[in-house]
Amino acid sequence: MPDDSRKFDVDVLIIGAGNAALAAALSAREQGASVLVLEGAPKHFRGGNSRHTRNLRAMHDAPTEVLTDAYTEDEFFNDILRVTGGLTNEPLLRSTIRASATCTEWMKQQGVRFQHAMGGTLHLGRTNAFFLGGGKAMMNAYFASAKRAGVRVLYDAEVTDLEIVDGEFRSATAMIEGKPTRISAKTLIAAAGGFESNIEWLKEAWGPAAENFLIRGTPYNMGKVLKRLIELGVQSIGDPTQGHCVAVDARAPKFDGGIVTRLDCVSLGIVVNKNGQRFYDEGEEFWPKRYAIWGRLVAQQPDQIGYCIIDSKAMGKFMPSVFPPAKAHTIGELAKAVNLPAAEVEATVKAFNDSVQPGTFNHSILDDCKTSGLKVEKTHWAVRIDQPPFYAYSLRPGITFTYLGVKVNDRAEVLLTNGDTARNIFAAGEIMAGSILGKGYAAGFGVTIGTVFGRIAGTGAAKLALNPNGCNGKEEVSLNAAH
Amino acid sequence: MLPTELMQEGDHLMTVCNACRYCEGYCAVWQAMERRLVFKESDLNYLANLCHNCSDCYYACQYAPPHEFQINPPKTLAKIRKYTYEQYAWPGPLAKTFRKNGLLVSLLTAVVLIGFMMLASASVGSRLYMPVRGGDFYQIASHEVMTLTFAAVGLFSALALLIGLLRFWRNVGEQYSGLANPAALMKAAKEVLSLENLDNGGAGCSTSEEKSSQALRWFHHITFYGFLSCFVATTLGAFYYYGLGWHETSGYTSLPVIFGTLGGLGLVIGPVGLLVLKQRRDPDITDESQHGMDISFIVLLLLTSISGLLLLVLRESAAMGTLLVVHLGIVMALFLTLPYGKFVHGIYRSAALLKWALERSRPAEHNLGE
Repeated sequence: MPDDSRKFDVDVLIIGAGNAALAAALSAREQGASVLVLEGAPKHFRGGNSRHTRNLRAMHDAPTEVLTDAYTEDEFFNDILRVTGGLTNEPLLRSTIRASATCTEWMKQQGVRFQHAMGGTLHLGRTNAFFLGGGKAMMNAYFASAKRAGVRVLYDAEVTDLEIVDGEFRSATAMIEGKPTRISAKTLIAAAGGFESNIEWLKEAWGPAAENFLIRGTPYNMGKVLKRLIELGVQSIGDPTQGHCVAVDARAPKFDGGIVTRLDCVSLGIVVNKNGQRFYDEGEEFWPKRYAIWGRLVAQQPDQIGYCIIDSKAMGKFMPSVFPPAKAHTIGELAKAVNLPAAEVEATVKAFNDSVQPGTFNHSILDDCKTSGLKVEKTHWAVRIDQPPFYAYSLRPGITFTYLGVKVNDRAEVLLTNGDTARNIFAAGEIMAGSILGKGYAAGFGVTIGTVFGRIAGTGAAKLALNPNGCNGKEEVSLNAAH
Repeated sequence: MLPTELMQEGDHLMTVCNACRYCEGYCAVWQAMERRLVFKESDLNYLANLCHNCSDCYYACQYAPPHEFQINPPKTLAKIRKYTYEQYAWPGPLAKTFRKNGLLVSLLTAVVLIGFMMLASASVGSRLYMPVRGGDFYQIASHEVMTLTFAAVGLFSALALLIGLLRFWRNVGEQYSGLANPAALMKAAKEVLSLENLDNGGAGCSTSEEKSSQALRWFHHITFYGFLSCFVATTLGAFYYYGLGWHETSGYTSLPVIFGTLGGLGLVIGPVGLLVLKQRRDPDITDESQHGMDISFIVLLLLTSISGLLLLVLRESAAMGTLLVVHLGIVMALFLTLPYGKFVHGIYRSAALLKWALERSRPAEHNLGE
């Protein structure tokens, strides 16, 4: 039974403490509502997956201090249409993109700092605005603003239950200072992320293969709030196997490896499975599209492992990984060093080398270096692997986030299975990103969704809480109004 | 040579940081890092001295402890810095003075003070404790004696610092000709004089996850310019004496006294601020073993200025003799320990900024982007 000795009663209760949650908290506070944020993680690991983010994708018609050139609504829209293969909600996507235009300015007002648009070695300066110091610095700025604004944040405060009656949120039960505590609030904003840290849940979707997945982000996204909302009649959306899944170094930590575990040498060599066989065209696409498909490709191989093999010509041509590669002077020794069948790997490399066609290598374009006559061709950047020493990196699927979530409308209100809109339940961030992203991913769009829907949810929830009998200003807080 | 463990810690730091690069918008360390793929000892030595110890990167780091990667750039680089101070020190046997620096600096100061008092007592006797007409210092210690001893010690310290600088320069793989590159010198001078790397786009240095301030930059500025002002005062004084032949004691409105007073005030305010900041600094990012070195240098600066200002104010009183001897003793201890204490950070950091200016003018070897 929850302990009622310590009562919490607030206007707006926010579950989660990442970008979406804090954007919601600050927006709700701006309206004058009392706000309580429950963070399931300890303070050191606060901020969910936002602490691993780096930028947000934002539309702009002219250069800004933090974005170069222009990135129009249509171009942005088409980029997302392409990566999702059309699996999106077009009106919701379009209004999200429009609302993204004011995000960087608003975040700056909250103390978030951005890198100067021209600075650094960033190729994405046109489409994405980069946080100075990355996502944790962004979250630190948000938390500092929240403190100044009088938003209360509780850490180690995992939500264990929700009370929802006829589509209306009544209270939540959370562990506070180790005790189950009931918290009543006029409105709820669920911003607790996806379920990617919950291996058991991943196994329900992927089968036993999920045991071999590495989780790149927070270990605290267990999806408990998501699951409880769905159990209590909230409409879910999205395929549980969909999300952002990239190939990462197999030696990465099980959780929280973040950006440094990514590996991008696939295009410079070949990738074999545990049987020493190639299985996909390594030269098909550029980063980051290439990066976004290889996790899933490796997930489909036996034991969910792949090995990227390159020679010394490739060294220095890709972003260094945090782990050193295996190294040997012959392909056979290299195979043994990573426990691959030497004869098969040697045969695969030989067959590959023999089928490489003449061409001019250019890593910055889809060049004319390709193979001919293989079952699995390499269509670009195919050069012989013949210059020792040879190197191998092992690859595993790295889950960044999941898309199965709750369905929302353009006011960030969650929809119920009976077709109604929940009276006082809002959602923002990864927990509802599946409403827009059916599959695929474009860098920085998760943060965009989080900021856009966090602001809408926070403003809407606060207005509703402060004026429950009015028309609650729903029209005023729709996506287009945020633009 | 860096101890193996520290070498590994530095290599781990740079490997993780170079794969992440989220901090590239902060200071020069991260941009210099991005020009490298492997980190030899000389690279670590260079980057460690390029670090201004502000800690923005630490509070922004997703891999900082308790994350298993245990990334702590300010602390790791501080530890490496201390070893570089030893490595470049001249003459070699004195390198060990960096190990128990606080204790040694304090002991030396005490010895010099006692020695000076004994010498003064022996040479001027009880006149030491009596007021001197017009507050004339030379009645206590002759101008020639002061000039000769301080010039000798000053020249020796300057030589030791110069040799340290050259050793650093060679160790980090630069040619001597780079030291005379005007464009790079201009860039580096600007960064040294403005402490641009502590500015962080106007926000200053992080003092915790949620706070940042310009305090470190400003107190360092006040200390630095105070020191410089005192140096100008001394040089002007010498010029008046030898160049212009003015042997009178300078009055309150003379330039040397104005510079000296302003510098002295700076060397009170600056070091006090730095001491307070030092006390407040997050212990998680501090190399405790350098506490003595840092504190002893700051305290010596503070004692120099306080004794100097007191001397100025009380020069016509009976305390002048004692104050003069104490002040000279402290300044002597400061001079003697310049190449063997915290002061060297200024030499190596400036040199690292000069190398960084030179590096920026060269084409990058790697252009990986993402």
